[in-house]
Amino acid sequence: MLADFFFSLRDAGLKPSITEYLTLLEALKADQANASVDDFYYLSRATLVKDEALFDRFDRVFGVFFKNIDDALDWDQLEIPLEWLRSQGARLLSEKDRQKIEAMGGWEQLLEEFRKRAEEQEGRHQGGDKWIGTGGTSPYGHDGYHPEGIRVGGKSRHRRAVKVWEKREFRNLDSQREIGTRNLKLALRRLRRFAREGAADQLDLDGTIDATARNAGYLDLKMVPERHNAVKVLLCLDVGGSMNPHVRLCEQLFSAARAEFKHLEYYYFHNCVYENLWRDNRHRRTELIPTAEVLHKYGPDYKLIFVGDASMSPYELAYAGGSVEHWNDEPGALWLKRLLNTYAKAIWLNPEPEQHWRYTQSVGMVRELLEDRMYPMTLQGLDAGIRQLQ
Amino acid sequence: MTDKRFEGSDTYVATRDLMLAVNAAVTLGRPILIKGEPGTGKTQLAAEIAKVLERPLLQWHIKSTTRAQQGLYEYDAVARLRDSQLGDDRVQDIANYIVPGTLWEAFQADTQPVVLIDEIDKADIEFPNDLLLELDRMEFYVYETRQTVRARHRPIVVITSNNEKELPDAFLRRCFFHYIQFPDTATMEQIVDVHYPGLKKDLLSAALNRFYDVREVPGLKKKPSTSELLDWLKLLLAEDIPAEALKADDKRSCIPPMYGALLKNEQDVQLFERLVFLNRRDAR
Repeated sequence: MLADFFFSLRDAGLKPSITEYLTLLEALKADQANASVDDFYYLSRATLVKDEALFDRFDRVFGVFFKNIDDALDWDQLEIPLEWLRSQGARLLSEKDRQKIEAMGGWEQLLEEFRKRAEEQEGRHQGGDKWIGTGGTSPYGHDGYHPEGIRVGGKSRHRRAVKVWEKREFRNLDSQREIGTRNLKLALRRLRRFAREGAADQLDLDGTIDATARNAGYLDLKMVPERHNAVKVLLCLDVGGSMNPHVRLCEQLFSAARAEFKHLEYYYFHNCVYENLWRDNRHRRTELIPTAEVLHKYGPDYKLIFVGDASMSPYELAYAGGSVEHWNDEPGALWLKRLLNTYAKAIWLNPEPEQHWRYTQSVGMVRELLEDRMYPMTLQGLDAGIRQLQ
Repeated sequence: MTDKRFEGSDTYVATRDLMLAVNAAVTLGRPILIKGEPGTGKTQLAAEIAKVLERPLLQWHIKSTTRAQQGLYEYDAVARLRDSQLGDDRVQDIANYIVPGTLWEAFQADTQPVVLIDEIDKADIEFPNDLLLELDRMEFYVYETRQTVRARHRPIVVITSNNEKELPDAFLRRCFFHYIQFPDTATMEQIVDVHYPGLKKDLLSAALNRFYDVREVPGLKKKPSTSELLDWLKLLLAEDIPAEALKADDKRSCIPPMYGALLKNEQDVQLFERLVFLNRRDAR
């Protein structure tokens, strides 16, 4: 039975390993759960889930799995009197809708379906205490069967004390979670290049031995500066418009990059780089930084990474005045070329899937400008891109 | 193995889930990883476990430059070079220049010790991976002297993390995990009672109300935590501020006294003052 629990956790997207499962069994054998369901809940959580962001998901699986034990939780208690439903339906629904419902198998079927749907919904969105309204079950008719919805779930449903896992105290953490920056960081690590700079405060063992030997055996200490990551990165991010669906991915990349590099400079642009960039999206109209200044400020030893979907009107790249936001005196392609001329090491990361690239003309144009150094923003793509930058 | 169970102490309030996780980890001899908001008593926990179970406490505070090797041992090449210059006999034996680290000390202790590895997320991203075998088998190999150091008693290892970096799965798999949640009002009253017994009821409830109000203010960069509440209460007691001063008619229309203990960031103070100003203007 515990094995079933283990697999239902894995089905829910948690990744407990076999070792962790064995640890739990070992702990149970050592009588740590005190034969209480609450204690078992805490114990299994401490052994199987290692991220507080996943606690809520664990609570849900635990709740569903152990409801048989608790026997009280049942959908029988979700009482929607059939008679009431019928009368409401007759009053509120059009003839056509009613026919549709009959076609689906009648009222009983509908109610059954609704229960299933509601249960499913609780499993999928934590929405157990939301009002399941007309919108939630829209296949059953335009106006639904109850304009105010039916309250499902939560405390009102079970006539008993709320269990710990039903409190769902960790619900918030689940939505704020930030997945997988570790993988991104590991990919970015390849770009590290260590160099010794600054004050000499570490013993150089090889140098000391060498110098001591030359010094006829008398100790001659040699010191070297500490190693630092000396890679400098200039990150230009496309914001707004078509980039909106990719904001999350970009944020992840950004936060990973920020932790990994000492010298990380970032600028934003929209669709294509023109004569101005900005650092703060809230003040993008007022606090503009001339691109020429950026070119001037950061030396050619910086590595340039563009992040953008490169999907824009071809005019934006090719013609003066093509920008969607302002009047640009020079075409975007010219500015791109200027940047690429200064920074020999440059790549473009594109969050759009690679197979869609050929359908957008501007993607091809940008790729050409970058001499094919465009990579999809996946771990693999990032890896390949970083290798290009080295 | 220890017969005593950890159930909090007279200076530390432990919730049921925390007790359970700690006891299970102690019984099975696995490390326990503690996460939670800053100031919820993560580091304190190790000291309390050591106190309650009457074990020695060994602390290893991690910095961004800490390497895993430093917890095991370090080879003091400079001292050996110097001794060779002076013709000291000690120089013949390399073991004289191996300096044991915290984990080595823990492995050699006569009684089962409590080891605190504090803020493991501060170190390099690979740091936890370098400690996998050591924490799993509780042994390591010293290359210089070709000896294996094995734990005489599996130490109770408490690891804290502030979530600045994600930890590798292989590492997490070997630990018990507990997330210290921010205490609710009832637990908080217990905690305050442990630290300031005999605090006047009305002062406490007024202070707690204000405290949770401040925490509710949206957009604060750093929400005040338990340790800040305790500091603030200490100040209130020292200044002998009456409970009435904390109870404003409209709670949000004035700044609590000594707010410097609660808000540690000038942007937060500004934000708070602005909100208070807006509330006052609306009230008029």
